[in-house]
Amino acid sequence: MIRFDHVAKRYGSQDALQNLNFELASGDFAFLTGHSGAGKSTLLKLVMMIERPTRGQVFVQNQNLNRLGNRHIPLIRRQVGVVFQNHQLLFDRSVFENVALPLYIAGMRGREVGRRVRASLDKVGLLAKEKSSPMTLSGGEQQRVGIARAVVNKPPVLLADEPTGNLDPELSAEIMNLFFEFNQVGVTVLIATHDISLIRTMSMRVLGLADGQLVYDGLLEDAPRSKPGSEQTDG
Amino acid sequence: MAEQKRPTNKRANKRAKPKAPAGKAGPIGEQLPASDRLLAYVKHHQASASEAFTRILRTPGQSLPTCLVIAIALALPALLYLGLANMERQAEQWRAPAQISVFLHKRASNRAIDQFNQQLDRNPQVDSWQLITPEQALLDFQAASGFGDVLADLDDNPLPPVVVITPGDLSVPELSSLRTQLAQDSVVESVLLDLEWVARLQQIMALIERVVSALGSLLALGVVLIVGNVIRLAISSRKDEIVIAKLVGASDGFVRRPFLYTGLWYGLLGGGLAVAMLLLANAWLAGPIARLAALYSTQFELAGLGFGGSLALVLAAGVLGSLGAWLSVSRHLSAIKPT
Repeated sequence: MIRFDHVAKRYGSQDALQNLNFELASGDFAFLTGHSGAGKSTLLKLVMMIERPTRGQVFVQNQNLNRLGNRHIPLIRRQVGVVFQNHQLLFDRSVFENVALPLYIAGMRGREVGRRVRASLDKVGLLAKEKSSPMTLSGGEQQRVGIARAVVNKPPVLLADEPTGNLDPELSAEIMNLFFEFNQVGVTVLIATHDISLIRTMSMRVLGLADGQLVYDGLLEDAPRSKPGSEQTDG
Repeated sequence: MAEQKRPTNKRANKRAKPKAPAGKAGPIGEQLPASDRLLAYVKHHQASASEAFTRILRTPGQSLPTCLVIAIALALPALLYLGLANMERQAEQWRAPAQISVFLHKRASNRAIDQFNQQLDRNPQVDSWQLITPEQALLDFQAASGFGDVLADLDDNPLPPVVVITPGDLSVPELSSLRTQLAQDSVVESVLLDLEWVARLQQIMALIERVVSALGSLLALGVVLIVGNVIRLAISSRKDEIVIAKLVGASDGFVRRPFLYTGLWYGLLGGGLAVAMLLLANAWLAGPIARLAALYSTQFELAGLGFGGSLALVLAAGVLGSLGAWLSVSRHLSAIKPT
């Protein structure tokens, strides 16, 4: 779960976030929207402990992040899978090695690594590409490698920062479908996106940010209540 | 994908879900038992060490010059140190002048002189002695100097009685103490023993020793800086990797380890090369030095570092390399965001 309690973040004299209050219960799914500069990235950075709040408290999996020293940051990051807009893949490593990185970091070795990496790659439909270099993959495939890496150690929380930013609508729907599937098995998912048209096709909770403040929290009611992409078979 | 929390949901489970150990969803590091974490820690050390070594081997264009510079920086002071050690060893073997001239008081009685001479007979440090009376000395001087007529006009013989002592096989400090001992006798006016050159040699060697130490310290600092710079470059060229590793939960230690091992390897490799250089220098110089010693009719064998010394040099180099890496890593890794 993720909980923000009167959170503010200031960069110099600039308020990036002001008095932010919301909670994502365990297993929730939400979109985070707003124009660029509204504070979406800052909010995600607070959850990942890339930044610390100027005021207020952030809770992840019932842990108050304010109380955690720098030494414990890695333990939080291992509970939060992150999908980045620019993929953040290592191009001098194979797809397998990229996906295995969180497992190595968590101290896993041997056959279990291979099993988990392949399960993860299978989930995103890239099992056949495990030996390829990420460089040879398309944008959509690279993003799916990023997703496989984010979920390979089964984090209870999954964040995504503009995961469909560079993708065409069809690929975007595929990617979103993957996130729904992870949510189906209990993962708390928070996706930052400014792709309102995509969100409108889904009936999901939306957190709207504007100028660092939460201006909307609820379902986009005009959206059809079908699971987008659920009719698709791949993913 | 924390399926252990919702085992009822089967839909997405069928392929992608190896059975995880029962327990709470939490940091994976906490899910693993302590013994496994220790094993993982040791394994990561091994992996970091071998990966760092492979990286060095894979980029010989960059790593070979670095190792050579480190080796030269280490071999140079080591060579000077060896030269100095050899010199000191040789200086110890040099025996001081063959004679000590003891000038007695002019008015010393014959009995006192006899007593003094008997003491010399009993002294084991004295090999032999010869008394030169003032009269005999005057005759010798007249003959040798050509001032015969002038000296003949003197009313009084100005020369004191002298005992010329040939010491036994004594070292410089022993000679020095013999001189002090002789000078304390009441019949003795002064003792002439030319130890000045030995003192000068010792001072010169003490000076050289300091220069070698200073040079060695500077070059050791150089090794630290060289390795630090190499590590700085390695960090900046692998910045993306570091950022990604940190974002997916790498601890500082995890990120630091490969670089520390890189520094250690550079140090050890440089130290090994330095030892090789010293062996080469030894082989190169041994022949000429032996021939030179033969011309002086002495035996002199050039001493190398030996096994212990070589090992110490390599290990010291490893320590310097690690130190350089450590300094560089703590400075440059903390500059990479996120923390």
